[in-house]
Amino acid sequence: MHPAPSVIVFTSLSGLGFGLLVFLGVGLPPVTGWVALVFYLIAYGLAVGGLLASTFHLGHPERALKAFTQWKTSWLSREAWLSVAALLVMAVHAFAAVFLDSVLTLVGWTGAALSLVTVYSTSMIYAQLKTVPRWNQPLTPVHLLSLSIAGGALLAGQTTLAALLLTLAAAVQVAHWQMGDSALSRSGTDLSTATGLGPGTVRAFEPPHTGTNYLLKEFVHVVGRRHARKLRLIALLFGYGLPVLFLLFPGAGHVLGALAVVSHLAGLVVSRWLFFAEAEHVVGLYYGKRVA
Amino acid sequence: MTELPATTQKKLGLVIDLDTCVGCHACVISCKGWNTENYGAPLSDQDAYGADPTGTFLNRVHSYEITPEDGPAQLVHFPKSCLHCEDAPCVTVCPTGASYKRAEDGIVLVNESDCIGCGLCAWACPYGAREMDAAEGVMKKCTLCVDRIYNDNLPEEDREPACVRTCPAGARHFGDLGDPDSAVSQLVEARGGMDLMPEQGTKPVNKYLPPRPKQDRAAETDTRAPQLKPVAEDTKGFFSWLDKALDRLPGGASDPDKGGS
Repeated sequence: MHPAPSVIVFTSLSGLGFGLLVFLGVGLPPVTGWVALVFYLIAYGLAVGGLLASTFHLGHPERALKAFTQWKTSWLSREAWLSVAALLVMAVHAFAAVFLDSVLTLVGWTGAALSLVTVYSTSMIYAQLKTVPRWNQPLTPVHLLSLSIAGGALLAGQTTLAALLLTLAAAVQVAHWQMGDSALSRSGTDLSTATGLGPGTVRAFEPPHTGTNYLLKEFVHVVGRRHARKLRLIALLFGYGLPVLFLLFPGAGHVLGALAVVSHLAGLVVSRWLFFAEAEHVVGLYYGKRVA
Repeated sequence: MTELPATTQKKLGLVIDLDTCVGCHACVISCKGWNTENYGAPLSDQDAYGADPTGTFLNRVHSYEITPEDGPAQLVHFPKSCLHCEDAPCVTVCPTGASYKRAEDGIVLVNESDCIGCGLCAWACPYGAREMDAAEGVMKKCTLCVDRIYNDNLPEEDREPACVRTCPAGARHFGDLGDPDSAVSQLVEARGGMDLMPEQGTKPVNKYLPPRPKQDRAAETDTRAPQLKPVAEDTKGFFSWLDKALDRLPGGASDPDKGGS
């Protein structure tokens, strides 16, 4: 799949933002007043900024409101509803915490739950697609949710918990890569089923046009295996390894905390780039671009 | 709405004969022509006369080389467009309701004024049947020429999809695949029509007729082979002398059956 910067930025930032909202909702840390204002500004900046970034890849952003209509079948529509619901409920919680110095526990927990479900609905947009076997697995929601919660814990300053959750998210990340690598061949879709021209060997002889097209640009991104391996190591190191190291450093203060956040963000973006760049859409088979 | 109809009254679709298609791309051109001049946003081209031309097409013809388990290799031309699936994954993922499947005839369409151009439907389609138009920012797909097949202003023989109407080889057929007695259903029955990527669970309406097995002519070549052997074994003249002289050189004699030395 084409690793579109707008989608990478959207899923990375909004995942982090909603992850932070989960922790603010359940009162970890239990902040009020000015401190709460800073926390909520960061959380809303990430979540809303991410949502705005996602509209950049639309052909007609001015019609974006129509995306609220098909929640019965479409995960994208559900994501729209859930994200707005989460942001509104948490806004009430934030207002009470910042301006009234009071913690509305029930509202907070509801907002936290809605934030979690929002991240889940985002992950299901990818996990539902049978056409991309690497995404079409139960570990995809687990991967995106574990990353969001771990990043949220990191931003919320939950040192020990963040270290634990980051380790867990790293394990899920590795498992997602492992399962993903064999997903296309396990899916049973190959050039033979795509064309119905088996048994025997089928080979793509000539593509429909001499030039490229929307399908090739959008769905047939080929990332070199050697680069992918290096990038995976970079993602693991910066996204999970270094942040855990910084957090566990005795007497870790704000400087190391900030370093952990920056490192995590860098690793997160690399991981998300790979999430798209490595995903093989089955339409590539028709162009002889997939070796299943 | 993006909920799929439980059943459709008709299942209009295409039957494409891979045995007959000659790969002339006339269906591609007639499709582009009709759908640029008629319903919806035109199918735009970018840099059409430049170094890197691209454009929107609703129908594209691939070519594949197949080597059956027994029998000679074949070249198969393979037109591909929307299969108007019964369980169309492109419809249910649409967040706006722009994509829908018609309950009356099963045609899958896009209401372009509702399309936000998110591209998710193209992601959900395993066949690459949907293409985002780079100029209009909306999703384009085969409409089964819905503006031809019911069009009373056209002569009756033109009330079929442009690709079917134009195919010079008669490799494309249009009809109701929900009616077991229709000509297309009979054709599918007789020729063993098949689904593309059945494991994706999309239940395509369009069917493909597999290429008929080709006769293996290698045996015929063998029966004539003895006649191709040199008729005169006791040759004379300069070349005969040269041939024998070369045979006597180290390296051994040439084998007339294999040719060359």
